[in-house]
Formats: sequence, structure tokens, C-alpha cells
Amino acid sequence: MIAETGHYALILALGVAIVQMLVPLIGTHYRDPKLTAVAVPAAQAEFILIGIAFIALMTAYVTSDFSVANVWQNSHSAKPLLYKISGVWGNHEGSMVLWVLILALFGAAVATFGNNLPRQLQANVLAVQSSIAVAFLLFIIITSNPFMRLDPAPFDGEGLNPVLQDPALAFHPPFLYAGYVGFSMAFSFAVAALIDGRIDAAWARWVRPWTLAAWMCLTIGIAMGSWWAYYELGWGGFWFWDPVENASFMPWLAGTALLHSALVMEKRDALKVWTILLAIITFSLSLMGTFLVRSGVLTSVHAFAVDPARGVFILAIMGVFIGGAFALFAWRAPLLSQGGLFAPISREGSLVLNNLLLTVACAAVLVGTLYPLALEAITGEKISVGAPFFNLTFVPLIVPLLIAMPFGPLLAWKRGDLLAAAQRLMTAAIAALAVMILVLAVNQHGPWLAPLGIGLGIWLIMGAPTEIAYRVKLFDVSGSESWRRARNLPRATFGGALAHAGVGVMVIGLVSTTAWRSERIELLAPGESLDIAGYDLAFAGVAPRQGPNYSERVAKFVVTRGGEPVTELTPSKRAFAVEKSATTEAGIHNSWRGDLYVVLGDQLKDGAYSVRVYFNPMVRLIWIGALIMFFGGGLSLSDRRLRVGAPKRARSKMAAAAAVE
Amino acid sequence: MTRKQRRGVLIGTCLVVLGVAVGLVLYAMRDSIVFFYAPSDVAEMQMSPGQRFRLGGLVETSSVVRGEGTTVRFVITDGAKTLPVTYTGVLPDLFREGQGVIAEGTLEPDGVFHADNVLAKHDENYMPPEVAAKLKTQGVWRGEAGAAAPSATN
Repeated sequence: MIAETGHYALILALGVAIVQMLVPLIGTHYRDPKLTAVAVPAAQAEFILIGIAFIALMTAYVTSDFSVANVWQNSHSAKPLLYKISGVWGNHEGSMVLWVLILALFGAAVATFGNNLPRQLQANVLAVQSSIAVAFLLFIIITSNPFMRLDPAPFDGEGLNPVLQDPALAFHPPFLYAGYVGFSMAFSFAVAALIDGRIDAAWARWVRPWTLAAWMCLTIGIAMGSWWAYYELGWGGFWFWDPVENASFMPWLAGTALLHSALVMEKRDALKVWTILLAIITFSLSLMGTFLVRSGVLTSVHAFAVDPARGVFILAIMGVFIGGAFALFAWRAPLLSQGGLFAPISREGSLVLNNLLLTVACAAVLVGTLYPLALEAITGEKISVGAPFFNLTFVPLIVPLLIAMPFGPLLAWKRGDLLAAAQRLMTAAIAALAVMILVLAVNQHGPWLAPLGIGLGIWLIMGAPTEIAYRVKLFDVSGSESWRRARNLPRATFGGALAHAGVGVMVIGLVSTTAWRSERIELLAPGESLDIAGYDLAFAGVAPRQGPNYSERVAKFVVTRGGEPVTELTPSKRAFAVEKSATTEAGIHNSWRGDLYVVLGDQLKDGAYSVRVYFNPMVRLIWIGALIMFFGGGLSLSDRRLRVGAPKRARSKMAAAAAVE
Repeated sequence: MTRKQRRGVLIGTCLVVLGVAVGLVLYAMRDSIVFFYAPSDVAEMQMSPGQRFRLGGLVETSSVVRGEGTTVRFVITDGAKTLPVTYTGVLPDLFREGQGVIAEGTLEPDGVFHADNVLAKHDENYMPPEVAAKLKTQGVWRGEAGAAAPSATN
């Protein structure tokens, strides 16, 4: 019954979405406010209906209703509750329902909180948003129905792929999708502006919070995925340039560019056409990501669905939306008024450089991701484009951006003074240089570029306080005056500086792990020990243990450092009986110095085990950097100016404050 | 600066960055791309020693030999031809005899493929699509393994 309710709700949602797609557009065309007003309740109803479908599916999972084919394929009664819930989106059908749920959530948010949007813009945005929902609801109902019943109902389920039974991965897809799908908002706003033929600075102010929220979710989603891959897959790596990773990374790069270009549009009323184009590109990349992951065209961990019908359907959706949006852009963009030009050395100029480098780097990733597919389709030759390609192309393009990053916020709008900015950055440069020399002195081994990388990280981190010091005129005016200025600084300024510092923290983590990682692969019998990076690991032996839905062999390593006990590590090999599959659980000791990472290999005939041990220096900074970027985004989002409608109140408050003075 | 000059700087910068990017991509394409072959392809082609490629196929039954230390030797087959492989390190969880596998490395003059990376994909019944495609063309495809689903109704 519950499955039928869900199925029915999905079909109803499709009906509502079709109404929401057509009626408001007709309304805005004939200037009929009654028809236009349909958009708001329709968006809310659509969200509620898809919510019902989602809850129905979740109920089927939690109650282990194996008469539902999707539950039977991906769940098992012995699975822990958390993974019964995350199993909902751990498969193709369920994850598509989550996709449209988030799409509808964003639409409903615009309907509910967008009271201060011009009616016409809001109606158009909701209509465009709903057209995406129509396409994906059709896709679900026609090709990927999650509510299919089985008759007779099997006794128990097939289970969820064990590598996916993990807390970080339970929440990785919802964040990732919130990011992907969140960019649909920027897309809908862009297309609505094109339909309208009108765009102004206010448009950018409305778009920015949605883009920022999506960007934050995508940042944390990608970081979670990378963290999961690091500790779960047992290779000790954090990023593999796998096509699936690239599929989420490309929208992130384009979205980051969009955040910055929207800033120019909001403040200077320039770069309008480019910002519209970027909004379309960003969501197109999200759609392409969905296509790559969901169609099964890739040889990859994530591509579970191997069904050409689905691939062709998503390809068609992609073609219609990307092609349609670009056609509309080509037709309508000339109508939009261009903003003024500006001096190359200025805040706008630096943001253009940011956009240029980010989009070109994104294009390089795109080429590396699609080239193998294209080559295979055309010549039948199979190749893999791996990390060496991306290290050679992406890194040289992104490093100049990182070097230039601290300059941007120090340049004035319209016309900046590069020399003055350089002088202000002197402290940061000296700090970076000092750390570079220190690293070089302490660490003789390792690649010569590594100390430069660490210096770059310090440069980025120090750029953030430099910007704040500049804004509050630290040391130029009295301390109390600086304090007053600091309190009046918009939160977005702190948010931006914090996010930039986060990039610096991440760079330090990336560089030190890549450059100074140590690795040992040894054959160890119980009682033997090995040493790595100053740690001694004594192998105490292997014992069996029973988990909730698996059995495992757990090794015990006693770790000491200079004779002092540090910790005990227990890497294991798990066997999942239901899924007939095995996973390796690494034993990891985290510290600020770095992670000690132990993987248990196979047992050999003489009783010894092959053991792989890594030491990854300062690797946790990578994810801490991402977290800092996330919080920087959050701080920026909490800025009153970004909350639509808030500017008036903020201004009147400031006026009141001025009146009191 | 005049309007024209400003536009010139903008377009010039774009062209330089794009030019550098295209150069990097073309350079990287030449040097850092890895091809995928089955043992039969390797037998037909003249591989120069030291050329990196990916070798895919099935691990031949009872061919896995643990050597000294953590070195493992096994044979990859595509039904028609075989190629011996040596690998030092910890094999992935799902590495099994008779299962699909991809090894990345170089073919050395001794006729042995020296792998520095072995990938076995996640599901026991899962076969890397590259391997499946090659096996299909070689005619040793055994069909989709896996439990037959109960009949589905709506």
C-alpha cells in the first residue's frame, strides 16, 4: 500500500509540475496575475507530493518491505538502521527521487521565501525550475520506477554494497545533490532573465544566496566523498581524478566562478551576459555529472546503473536543457544591456582573471574526462586518462590563480593600485618566504617544488588577515576606530576571507601529503614489527570478530614512537555474507603531524600477512580546509545584505544609528 | 586607458590563458594517457618495453603464485592468449582467480607484465566493462552472472 501511495504521489507531482511549468508562463505572457500566481502554490504542492513519495520509499526501506523490488535489491533485514535509510539513495532509482526532491525543495523555497521577488521573475523562475522537474519525474516514472512490486515477495533482500555501508557515505549523496541541484536555481534565474529580456544588479543579489548555498553543499559533499575514499578504499589516497569525482568537481569550479562573477554584477552592474552564461554552464555541468554517473557510461565505482535506455533518456534531457538554454541565450542575450568596461587592474579585473582561470581549468578537466569516452565512441580504442594528465594540466592553471588570490580583495573597484596592494601583502609574503626556508631547512628530501607549495598555502592564509587589516585600517587609525570598523564590516567580507584562508589550509594539506608521504609494504608474521616515519608498529596477531552483518578478521598493531606508547591500530578485513563481498577497513591513527594508515593484506602460506603502511603528513588539513571554506560560505550567507529584502531594513537601521550619532 | 585598449587587454589575456591551456592539454595527451589492451592485443602488437598500458582480462585459475616477500605472480587470460603478470604489493579485496581484473604497468623484455597497480572492481559478479567487451569479442563471455530476479510486476 505504502509503495502505491508513493508511486501515486510521484505521478500527481508530475501533473502539478506540468501545470507549474505552463500556467505561470502563459500568465506572464498575457500579463494575467491570476495565472501567474499559480506558480507559488504549485511549487509548494509539488514539493509536498515528492516528499510523500520519498517518505513512502524510506518507509519501505526501514520496514524492510521486500515486495518492493528496489528494497529487495538494495537492502537486507540484518542491515543497521542508518544504512537502511541511506540505502534509499544508495541506488539508481532512489537517488533520482532524492534528486527531484531537492529540486522541488529549492523551488518551494523560492515560492515561500521569495515574496520580495518581482512577481513576474518569480513566476518565470518557478516555471523553468518545474520544467526540469517534469523531465526528471518522467525519467523516474518511465525508466526508473522505485516502487515496482515483486510477486511473490522474496524472503530477504540482496543487501547494500558493503563499501557503501559507511556513515560518511550515508550523507555524501544528499549534500552532493543539494549542490548539483542547487545550481538549478541559478539556471532557472538565468533562463527567466533571458525570457524576460531584462536583468539588473538586483538579479545578481537574488541569485547569489542560492548559488552560495548550493556551492557550500557541493563543497562539503565533495570533501565527504574524498574523505570516505581515503579511509574506506584502503589506498590511502584522497583524490583519484576518477571521472565520477570530476563530474562533481566541474560544477564546483564553474559554481565558484559564478559566485565571483555574480559579485561583479551585483556591485558594478557589469559582466551581465557572462554571468548568465556561467549560470547556464554550471547547471549544464551538473546535468552532465548526473548523466555520467547515472547512465553507466563510465567504468567506475559509482556507475551502478548499466542500462542504456536510461542513459539515452538522460542524454535527451541534457540535450534539451543545455541546447535550449544556449539557443535562448544566443537569441536573447543581445537584448541584455552590457555593463561598462573597467581597468584591467581593479577588483573587477581580478575577478575576471579568477573567472578566466577557473573556467579554463574546468575546461581542461572536462577534456580529460570526456576524451576517453569520445575516443572509444569514435575509434573503439580504450584509454584511461588518470592523475598524470590532470596534474600536468589542472595544476599549472590553478596555481597562478592561487598566487593572485590575495591581491583581488585588496584592489579597489573600478581602478586598483597593484603596487599598494603588493605593499600591504608584504607581511604575508615575508611569512610565506620564512616558512618556505624553514621547510627547506628541515626537510632535505622530497620534491623541490614542495616547499614552494607550502609557502603558497601560508601566502593564502596570511592574505585573509591582510585583507581584514586593510579594511579596518589597522595601525592607520586608532585601535578603537579599527574595532568600530571591524564591527561594521559586512559578514560577507569575513566569510570571503575565511573561505580564501580555507583554500590555503587545503593547499598545505595537499602539498605535504603528496610530497612527503611514506609507504611500506612488508610481509609480517605475528611478533614482528616495522618502522615508518618514526613510528614502530608491532604486529600482535589476527583475531576473528563478528559484526552486525559481517564477520571480520582483525589485526592488532601496537604503535610506539621513541619507546612511548602511541596507540593500537586494528585494521581488518570484513566479509559480508549476504552481499558475498569483502571490504578492507584501514587502521588509522590521526594526529596533526599526519595520519598513520595501516592496511591488512592477504595471509600467506607460512602464516605471515602482507601489510601496507602509509604515513600521510598533515593530510587532515585537506578536509579541514574544505570545512573552513564551508563555514566561510555560511558566514557570507548569513550576511543581511544577501538575504533578499534585507537591504532596506539594514539601511534603515544604519540610518537610525547615524541619527543617534 | 581607452576603451579599446581595455578590451584589448581583456581579449589578450583570455587568448594567452587559453593558448597555454590548449598547449598543456595537448602535451599531457601525448605523455600521460594509458591505453587498455587484452593479452591478444598485446600478442599482435609490438610493445616497446617501458610503455605503460592497462592489461585486462580474467585471472587464470590456479595461476596465482606468492613469491618471495609481497611479490605475487599470476596469469591474465582473455581465453585466446595469456600473459604472465608480476605485482608487488597488497592485492585488492576482490582479486580472485577466475575473476575480472585490470593491471596497470609495463611489459618488460622478459615477456612478463610488471604491474604497479591492480584494480579489481567492487562486486563479485561485476566485470569491468572494458574486460567484458574484450571477452565478448573473444567469444569467452559467460553471460551476466548473478541471481535471477523473481518475476517483476507493477
